[in-house]
Amino acid sequence: MSGKVWGVIILTAALTACVTTNVTLYQQLGGDKKVELIVDNFIEEIQFNKKIFQYFTESDVDRFREKLIEHICVIADGNCQYTGDTMQQVHEGMNITETDFNTTVDLLISAMTKADVPHRIQNQLLQRLAKLRHEILYL
Amino acid sequence: MTSWKTILSAILLPTLFVGSLYAGTNDGKLLATAGVTQIEGSAGGGLVPWAVISGYGSRDEVAATVSTTQVSTTDYRLDVTSAAIGLYDKVELSYAKQRFTLSSLGGDIQQEVFGAKVKLYGDAVYGVWPQVSAGLHHKRLKDYVIADAVGAKESSSNTDYYLAATKVHLGLAAGFNVVWNVTGRLTKANQTGFLGYGSVSDTSHNLMMEGSAGILLSRNLVIGVEYRQKPDNLGLGEDDWYDIFVAYVPNKNVSLTLAWAKLGSIAGATGQEGLFLNLTGKLW
Repeated sequence: MSGKVWGVIILTAALTACVTTNVTLYQQLGGDKKVELIVDNFIEEIQFNKKIFQYFTESDVDRFREKLIEHICVIADGNCQYTGDTMQQVHEGMNITETDFNTTVDLLISAMTKADVPHRIQNQLLQRLAKLRHEILYL
Repeated sequence: MTSWKTILSAILLPTLFVGSLYAGTNDGKLLATAGVTQIEGSAGGGLVPWAVISGYGSRDEVAATVSTTQVSTTDYRLDVTSAAIGLYDKVELSYAKQRFTLSSLGGDIQQEVFGAKVKLYGDAVYGVWPQVSAGLHHKRLKDYVIADAVGAKESSSNTDYYLAATKVHLGLAAGFNVVWNVTGRLTKANQTGFLGYGSVSDTSHNLMMEGSAGILLSRNLVIGVEYRQKPDNLGLGEDDWYDIFVAYVPNKNVSLTLAWAKLGSIAGATGQEGLFLNLTGKLW
């Protein structure tokens, strides 16, 4: 009897924990397909922005796409491994200005909006990405 | 009515034409994080100056804005036209022309405010800590008759000094971005200066606290509240000011702020409250 009650309590607690804490930002973003769509939209946004595109003239777009998908996945607590270079290594020598960094954030926002990512989920990804800013600017 | 139209076109024309010429520049901040324009001409909320530097310029850019504000209460009306320039997201210089109309008594009081603000530390959006700025409002009263009549110590000019801290938290409240600001101001101004500065019994600067808090419901819409503590040097029962506001920021060229302002007792007329309207436009 008491065993059953405890069983129910533990099961309920476990389910509650699942609902409240086990949903990662990656899942909220919409998983693999959605993150791929965000990155594809982002690449398109960059291609249409002359100022930002100049940073990518010597980039391998396929590699950029693959590594960025991994990177967003890891940052959003998805089940992935990031196999690319550090942010510092990637942006070294580019001397990215604050203006261009912030413009690129606008492009990412636009990419997420076009992928129908809800405003509140966008903000949570931006909050995590914003922490990397000092590893990107003026290097 | 004519002056209202003139002001509107003064803002909208440069915004549309100059703004389009310079499209793609001076927009190095996230939308709606540059604040709007407060009544003394500084970048801020509606009543309170914030630590942010006017315009969307980054540390590599110069940005300029023009703005107009109208606050109408039962017995008074405040009209402000102002301009501000933000230099490299570091220094802000501003000028505001204020006209305080005594609607029920007749007549008006004019004051000019020369503003300067220097960013001391941080980045409101990307920093871990708040952005902190120090600023001043040098006020020149053009009409001293009423200030003298109510017993102000000085009725020509005086300066407020303030320190402001502003922070935008990305995704803080259930994923919504949140902004807050706290400002400490040393001031002698009676009713922000329209009734002169100080009194015979209180001749020194007083420390007044001001604050704002808002939530960004979308990229374009901010709602929030503001508070501005004020001294009662003249013993006329001067009240602190409050407002609740909605700011609509469709793009980086223009913002429209609507607020309900509770201004309390002003020169003996109690319970002054009414609609606050601000339009801020980008010059370049």
